[in-house]
Amino acid sequence: MAEGTPIGRVRGLGSAKSGAHHWWQERLTSVSTLVLFIWLLVSVLRLPDLDHDSVTRWLASPLTAVPMLLLIVSNFWHLKLGLQVVIEDYVDEEGLKLFAIALLNFFAIGGGALAFFSVLKIAFGGGNS
Amino acid sequence: MHRNPSRPMSPHLTVWRWGPHMLVSILHRVTGGALATLGTIALVWWLAAAATGPEAYASFTDLADDWYGVVIGIGLSWTLFQHTLSGIRHVVLDIGAGYELSTNKFWANMTIVGSLVLTALLWIYILGVR
Repeated sequence: MAEGTPIGRVRGLGSAKSGAHHWWQERLTSVSTLVLFIWLLVSVLRLPDLDHDSVTRWLASPLTAVPMLLLIVSNFWHLKLGLQVVIEDYVDEEGLKLFAIALLNFFAIGGGALAFFSVLKIAFGGGNS
Repeated sequence: MHRNPSRPMSPHLTVWRWGPHMLVSILHRVTGGALATLGTIALVWWLAAAATGPEAYASFTDLADDWYGVVIGIGLSWTLFQHTLSGIRHVVLDIGAGYELSTNKFWANMTIVGSLVLTALLWIYILGVR
């Protein structure tokens, strides 16, 4: 690494690109996930029964399905941003880091899609799925 | 070595002392990792089972109602409360407040006390009412 100018040696090493945006989105999704999780906890505790019939009928209501869908997006977005920072902090080897971040993205998008579709199916099925 | 214990120590590689803020900072990452994996898998499982049908949903609730389901539930709810309270603490610190030594220590301790109290209240309610 003795070649080139000092600025040339540090260019492209990865800083000051989207870090502030990442940081801000993590805070924003933390607040939205918090609000939506309080809603979920209170709503589930207030349900008279947690059997299949009551839960699907509850989830089929627009005022349940929409916050639930928002919670899924908010939660998976937040965990993707948070775990990415943890991986970047503790995984030093570049190849392994790339692999771990790719795996995290597949998990976040795949898991989010499965949860999102499940709520849509219940909602559009009118709770009789 | 004369040192006033009420004065802060200058942090250096070998000059530091354990404090609740360190424990809470580490717990924030550990609980975040647990929620992102185990907690999220439980949430997706619940929703996917509900969307699949009554039999799939029953296989989920059978596991959740068993004693190990309750143990996992208690663990996950404590994890959620700890991460939530230390997360709120982080947002306050991000605003620039709460860095005075005594305040910082107090609220770090309070996230631990708070998460244990909330977990106890939740499960007294769940196991007591149902």
